[in-house]
Amino acid sequence: MSTLKDEKSKTWKSESLPEVGDWRVKGGLAQMLKGGVIMDVVTPDEAKIAEDAGAVAVMALERVPSDIRRDGGVARASDPEMITGIIEAVSIPVMAKARIGHFAEAQVLEALGVDYCDESEVLTPADNEFHINKWGYKMPFVCGATNLGEALRRIGEGASMIRTKGEAGTGDVVQAVTHARQILSDIKKIQRLGDEELMTEAKNLGAPYELVCEIKNTGKLPVVNFAAGGIATPADAALMMQIGVEGVFVGSGIFKSGNPAKMADAIVQATTHYEDADLIAKVSQNLGGAMKGDEVSKLDPSERLEKRGW
Amino acid sequence: MVNKAQVGVLALQGDFAEHIEMLSNFDVDVHKIKNKSQLEKLDGLIIPGGESTTIKKLIDRYDFENAIKEKINHGMSLWGTCAGLICIANKLTEKDPIPMGIIDVEVSRNWFGRQVDSFETNIEFKGITENIKAVFIRAPIVTKVKNNVEILSKLTDGTIVAVKQDKILGTSFHPEISGSSKVHEFFINLTSS
Repeated sequence: MSTLKDEKSKTWKSESLPEVGDWRVKGGLAQMLKGGVIMDVVTPDEAKIAEDAGAVAVMALERVPSDIRRDGGVARASDPEMITGIIEAVSIPVMAKARIGHFAEAQVLEALGVDYCDESEVLTPADNEFHINKWGYKMPFVCGATNLGEALRRIGEGASMIRTKGEAGTGDVVQAVTHARQILSDIKKIQRLGDEELMTEAKNLGAPYELVCEIKNTGKLPVVNFAAGGIATPADAALMMQIGVEGVFVGSGIFKSGNPAKMADAIVQATTHYEDADLIAKVSQNLGGAMKGDEVSKLDPSERLEKRGW
Repeated sequence: MVNKAQVGVLALQGDFAEHIEMLSNFDVDVHKIKNKSQLEKLDGLIIPGGESTTIKKLIDRYDFENAIKEKINHGMSLWGTCAGLICIANKLTEKDPIPMGIIDVEVSRNWFGRQVDSFETNIEFKGITENIKAVFIRAPIVTKVKNNVEILSKLTDGTIVAVKQDKILGTSFHPEISGSSKVHEFFINLTSS
């Protein structure tokens, strides 16, 4: 009789799902980003600073999350001219954000040659019910998640990379920690379940059954998992890596700090040597001050970006 | 008793975990290399896929280049995959990063275009009997080789995607994520030779 264990060699992406751009090729770029830092930039000059500091990719956007938080208004995908300028300025991959559910913005980003689309809660959602069907693109997608069910729904829709939502633009790492721990603990729970319990767990998580089965077999997400949302210091990056993520996004934390080039370099080093406290102590000296930030627990619930999407 | 080969994977950035997993299928001791002092015990080293600008910056930052070259002079084998190939090339057609000049080839980065142009295909590989699946992700290619470099694999249009010089191997694709460990076996044999 066939058991779930026989399926172990199979990786996610059943034959019956639609596909544009091979799964391995799309997920493969995320694998190349592992152990690295992806930095938010708003100009080609910032992109160059990020690349020189050792960023593995840049996220091109019009305003960093802390400015979106401060200034309000509708946050949309960035001006194509700005994105093109950043694409031309650097040789590393360029990511850009589309609003949740705004598949036309994603189409525009793909047309511009963007290497990775972040369907992001940092922008104002365009659809209160549906996320983008991400299978239909050659451009790969990264999506935010607060728990395993949410991560698996996004992967089910075609995301080939997951990041914690955290609470973007605050410089407070607490929600990134909460979400990463939640995802990892949800995975551990599935590994303890019997095969007969998996369908009920899939129902409770609101996640595709096949993916829940795969997690039981492999003990990890089928795609790369980064931390995002509130990382502002080298020690924050090391904390997230030790908890068990595979790389970090740093948004406002770099270009809102006192010395962006130095902060960027220090966070890159702390991400590589996340277990080497001596090195992290050394690179954390004289960074010119981290971003001031906002304590997440003092935010009005309506200001919590992590609540966007489902 | 024969001593097992000591194979390291440079773990500064990139998909080093995938290489380590592939190597674990073989009878070798595998080492995750984060500091240059760890190179001492190695018979072979892999520089993985990742972002070449980031990996090369970290190689420079932690002063790996001379230590790697010194080990090669004493017979260590070396394999660069994708970003790793860029790091070990003699020359790039782009100005960044500055490669280490370990294998006599010229390499061009992101040859096929951006991520939307990434692809996978089956290729022939000299020394491996069956065709292998090759995954190209924002991949570089070899644009020039010197006489002492052996070409191991080309795409159907003649594009050079795998090269070897003595015990130095370079591939522009990623055997570590293809699901087949044939090229890893090839590298381990090269290391033990």
